[in-house]
Amino acid sequence: MTDTRTSISGGSGPARTGPPARPGPSAADELARRRSSPAQRVQHLLHGHPAISPALILVLTVVVFASLNPRFGEPQTISLMVQQTAVVAALAVGQTLIILTAGIDLSVGAVAILSMMLMAKTASENGLSGPVALLLGLVAGIAAGALNGFLVTRLKLPPFIVTLGTLSVFTAMALLYTGGRSVQQVAMPDLLNWTGEIIRVGDFRITTGVLITAAIYLVAGFALSQTAWGRHVYAVGDDAEASRLAGIRVNRVLFSVYVAAGLIYALAAWVLIGRAGAASPNAIAGANLDSITAVVIGGTSLFGGRGAVLGTLLGALIVQAFTTGLSLAGVDDQYRLLAVGVLVILAVSVDQWIRKVRA
Amino acid sequence: MTTPVLSARGLVKTFGRVVGLDGVDLDLHRGEVLAVIGDNGAGKSTLIKTLTGALAPDAGEIRLDGELVSFKRPQDAREAGIETVYQTLAVAPALDIASNLYLAREERRPGVLGSVLRMLDKKGMRDRAQQSVQELGISTIQNMAVPVESLSGGQRQAVAVARAAAFGSKVVVLDEPTAALGVKESGQVLRLVEQLRERNLGVILISHNMPHVWEVADRIHVQRLGRCAGVITPESHSMTDGVAIMTGAMALPA
Repeated sequence: MTDTRTSISGGSGPARTGPPARPGPSAADELARRRSSPAQRVQHLLHGHPAISPALILVLTVVVFASLNPRFGEPQTISLMVQQTAVVAALAVGQTLIILTAGIDLSVGAVAILSMMLMAKTASENGLSGPVALLLGLVAGIAAGALNGFLVTRLKLPPFIVTLGTLSVFTAMALLYTGGRSVQQVAMPDLLNWTGEIIRVGDFRITTGVLITAAIYLVAGFALSQTAWGRHVYAVGDDAEASRLAGIRVNRVLFSVYVAAGLIYALAAWVLIGRAGAASPNAIAGANLDSITAVVIGGTSLFGGRGAVLGTLLGALIVQAFTTGLSLAGVDDQYRLLAVGVLVILAVSVDQWIRKVRA
Repeated sequence: MTTPVLSARGLVKTFGRVVGLDGVDLDLHRGEVLAVIGDNGAGKSTLIKTLTGALAPDAGEIRLDGELVSFKRPQDAREAGIETVYQTLAVAPALDIASNLYLAREERRPGVLGSVLRMLDKKGMRDRAQQSVQELGISTIQNMAVPVESLSGGQRQAVAVARAAAFGSKVVVLDEPTAALGVKESGQVLRLVEQLRERNLGVILISHNMPHVWEVADRIHVQRLGRCAGVITPESHSMTDGVAIMTGAMALPA
């Protein structure tokens, strides 16, 4: 046996075992050359930058609706759209974190409502000051997330089942606690209503709630893309067993994700108080599916490990653009539902396609 | 003879009534490739798992550079300088090569960015990943920003080996590194194994592939029915002998 301790290059395998050199291009080389078709290149681009497709859809949506009705592009309409998106967009950040770990959260709305009612009622009826009531609500969100996280990591229950259960539990708790009654704006301290305050930026009017949502995106986006924790969230969602073998404490990462999501839902609840001008236990009934819709349209994979909060923001804006645009066009609201449904299926199909990418 | 980098004496591991290891001794020196062969159920995996902290032995002792050690988790073994390349590779497909090399060992930016904002030193990790891959002479991997899922089986294996080589200061354990690979890619991985030996690491190679074992191993530990049936070398015994000892058709003089 000869010693072939040469460097490992793609072209030269071990000479004694390699196939005889072929003259001219082989069939495989031909195939390799043919492979870089335009579709393949698009697939590669989307694989590297999954936010491109929702960005394109958003631009397309805005252009189409603006051309159908000039009012769509006016600062007033855009301001309103942004304000209306703020709550779902904030909730969808928490949902993104959980979906990145290959989980799903059906208790999104329930956690937010429970936190919100706790803030509102302790302030209005128990005379707690604004900051204390707010803090209590945030702690409630964290505790709710921790319960979900505990059930997922310790009892090893599937996230779908855990959050399906806690959806009912938290909803019932909120309704039992409030007796189904809302708390009006005037009964709440200024701090809780603060998220409804208008800020003028030129012709645009946004609320402080919108700024809180923006801050949530910035912090979550930074944590996911720039910190080791973010890497671990992606790795765990991608392949939990491989992550464990590589030395990641998978349960700790998962638990932290559910806790972070709980905190985000509670912050979204605060934004909701300002947006709705009241705290109602029957608000945001569609929050669960709306948040999942935003995440999926935003290009985050339901199978975990792929996606980003930027996509989720675009996804939430797309849904809102459809809602506003179709209503301005005077079309029946059912068409919005139809369009969003088609978009969801389209987004998941695109995700499946780009996952098959090969270098 | 120098002190073995890794040595085990009288390792016993039972699973209920099933005996996995029945008093196994093993010595591994620096700059040596020790292959572990054996039939299914002979205790290869159990032996390796006890050495790398995935399982705790019921009895027996493990010494690293002569020091008695006891690993409770794989992390303990890793921190002590023993890296394992699992058969499943333990890489995250969607993450890029550099991220996988530094998975669970990420490095942060210097200064406030790293300590307060906990920002990753992405560029630094990428550069150092490039460097360690180059040092190993892996030229099939060029761009550290490419996700692992777009790599071939051999390239993925190379990533896993490069990770072990970059962080394993004493011992690298490879579990069936060529099992899923073709001839050419297997050859590349075997060259990597030789590279590890040249770096003066102790290498344990578990394999079912006798030609591969006979090609790179310095010594061969034959595991049979939970015991060590003997330690042979590619020079002292043929592959047929090795298989015969493995299956009990031939016994080594004690």
